[in-house]
Amino acid sequence: MLNFVKGYMETISGVEIYPIISLIIFFTFFVLLLWWVLSTKKEYINTLSNLPLDNNNQNDTLL
Amino acid sequence: MEMQQFHYDNKIVKNFIYATILWGVVGMSVGLMLAFMFMFPNYTDGISWLSFGRLRPLHTNAIIFAFVGNAIFAGVYYSTQRLLKARMFSDVLSKINFWGWQLIIVGAAITLPLGFTSSKEYAELEWPFDIAIAVVWVVFGWNLIGTIIKRRQRHLYVAIWFYIATFVTVAVLHIFNSLELPVSALKSYSVYAGVQDALVQWWYGHNAVAFFLTTPFLGLMYYFVPKAANRPIYSYRLSIVHFWSLIFIYIWAGPHHLLYTALPEWAQNLGVAFSVMLLMPSWGGMINGLLTLRGAWDKVRTDPVLKFMVVAITGYGMATFEGPTLSLKNVNAIAHFTDWIIAHVHVGALAWNGFLTFGMIYWLVPRLFKTKLFSMGLANLHFWIGTLGIIMYALPMYVAGFTQASMWKQFNPDGTLVYGNFLETVTEIMPMYWMRAIGGILYLTGMLILVYNIIATIKAGSTVTDELAEAPALERVSKKRLAGEGYHSWLERKPVKFTLLATVAILIGGMVQIIPTILVKSNIPTIASVKPYTPLELEGRDIYIREGCVGCHSQMIRPFRSEVERYGEYSKAGEYVYDHPFLWGSKRTGPDLHRIGGKYSDNWHLNHMYDPRSTSSGSIMPNYKWLIKNKLDKSLTESKMETMVTLGVLYSDEDIANAQQQMTTQGTQIEQNLYNDPDFAANYEADKKHAAENGVDFIEMKDREIVAIIAYLQRLGTDIKVNDLQ
Repeated sequence: MLNFVKGYMETISGVEIYPIISLIIFFTFFVLLLWWVLSTKKEYINTLSNLPLDNNNQNDTLL
Repeated sequence: MEMQQFHYDNKIVKNFIYATILWGVVGMSVGLMLAFMFMFPNYTDGISWLSFGRLRPLHTNAIIFAFVGNAIFAGVYYSTQRLLKARMFSDVLSKINFWGWQLIIVGAAITLPLGFTSSKEYAELEWPFDIAIAVVWVVFGWNLIGTIIKRRQRHLYVAIWFYIATFVTVAVLHIFNSLELPVSALKSYSVYAGVQDALVQWWYGHNAVAFFLTTPFLGLMYYFVPKAANRPIYSYRLSIVHFWSLIFIYIWAGPHHLLYTALPEWAQNLGVAFSVMLLMPSWGGMINGLLTLRGAWDKVRTDPVLKFMVVAITGYGMATFEGPTLSLKNVNAIAHFTDWIIAHVHVGALAWNGFLTFGMIYWLVPRLFKTKLFSMGLANLHFWIGTLGIIMYALPMYVAGFTQASMWKQFNPDGTLVYGNFLETVTEIMPMYWMRAIGGILYLTGMLILVYNIIATIKAGSTVTDELAEAPALERVSKKRLAGEGYHSWLERKPVKFTLLATVAILIGGMVQIIPTILVKSNIPTIASVKPYTPLELEGRDIYIREGCVGCHSQMIRPFRSEVERYGEYSKAGEYVYDHPFLWGSKRTGPDLHRIGGKYSDNWHLNHMYDPRSTSSGSIMPNYKWLIKNKLDKSLTESKMETMVTLGVLYSDEDIANAQQQMTTQGTQIEQNLYNDPDFAANYEADKKHAAENGVDFIEMKDREIVAIIAYLQRLGTDIKVNDLQ
């Protein structure tokens, strides 16, 4: 009776490839991302993180 | 270096803030109205367009797309210009974005109460609006990307990435989920049916939460929290990881909304795995936001803006911890269909979206109007009353959800249900509904305090003018500089490529899930005894959709002993193959209806619709008296059937040609059944006589809406007999 709840997708030929593809994409992507993030220079990161504050924005001085 | 002078467009920001506040008050008021309908189901008795089922989608849409939507635009238009040191790409596009969005909202506020709905949650608007939303959204994206291209700041700050991802993903989600075939100007059928429709809908529903309520607000957090605290974000490195992992993982987690339903198990498990993984980037983001305030906690004590932001980020942390928890099968088995989910979404909406919006408004308005906030005291009062409101709202709903779920599942030693009558489980949690309404009053009061405070601030301020700024133009990047450059900094300079990559990232997630979904149609075992709805049942189903019955009644019996015992045989995927759209529902304020067919007499249904308390003492369902009086509109039946044929429903030409006659035959049969009740017979005959004596037109019972809805309800779940299955 449980056949009615599970197993439709299993009948699609080659469906196992989808989770495998996704796993490979994820793993590669995150390894590369982490490697890049950790290897970036500190000054560069500092410049970026100060972008919202670095403004000759006349309104900011109010209040 | 030559400095260029330009103006930031402040007026568009001001307009979006006004719209945010206006629709916030409207959306929250409708929510409060709905909360009181749990205690007083009939205080709008007889007014169809103020009934619970029709107002619920108005509340959700007003909060998500009107209140939060306008807040997103306000924040994005303000921060984008400053982060990129450029005016928005085109004033015309900005104006189309603003007025187009407001028009759609007004259209929704009119059509949803009138019952024009696709019934797909958070995508209820009918097809002309779907097209309008797509157009306005593309205008927004065009304006955003245009501004990025003509920017004067080389590097794109992380907030901008979140905005780009929001634009791209919402466009993709909206288009795929809204694929529907029009029948008339305001009626259409989803091109997907049953299981497939459910998969697409919750892929959308989940990601609408992710990419409409989360990513744009994270962008706002990454801009406005550093601004308000006057210090950079805690860790920019963390924000990069946060961004990529969030958009990558979020898009995969959709199926967790359909656990234990007739959805394939592997898709459910994939959904769970990714939902649990989602905790990491979400909490990474929350920690990043909160730690930005390190060393500034003294400011948090005095500054209401920072207070609102701290509670918002904390709410985000709570909701994103709860989300993965709820996606675990054993937790979901308890929480699904109960008020626990209502608590969960309101922690997100009231705390994360609401409070971040309030913080942003209190920070922005004095700056735009070049003045001080009218009253710090009132802002603080708003903060405390709002926080109390959130607690008073959420806690009782958790208790209600848990209590009701436990009662649903409780068995006597002899194997019968302890609370066999669904209503007992509703009566038990009525005090919680009262407390929830009080929480809602507090939160709305806070909102009204904001309105007063902001109006007073604006009155004291000067008119909003476009703000002058200057920055050097971007120089061409020389070869030399490019030499030792990292990959991501190259990417950050290339907005179009960045956008494409972000699109690819979300599309991979979408495709890995959607392709099997499209293939699944041919893989769902058809059940020979499942036949298309008769014309009258089809019309009845459309009334069910129009009245928003799906807001309180599910049509999905999960394979649990407690549900099979209460409702009957659990639901099979093959039973829904003709359901355009699916009507599984997501909340059981009333009982499941999938096997309601044949359970009660036609008279029971008529009496129940006229006054639910006459058949079910203590029921909190509103009266549906108009269904009993209204004439059934049969003018579109043939077009509806033809549209269904295009979508793959097996109606023959003969079926369509005989539709009118078949409706009369089935209607007459139900009318005859109704005569079994002597009370009905007496009243009905008296009405008939009265009409004849006074020369008033009389609508025969067989031609009224109630007959169609009875036909549909009596059909539900009767296609299969348990013994037919293996």
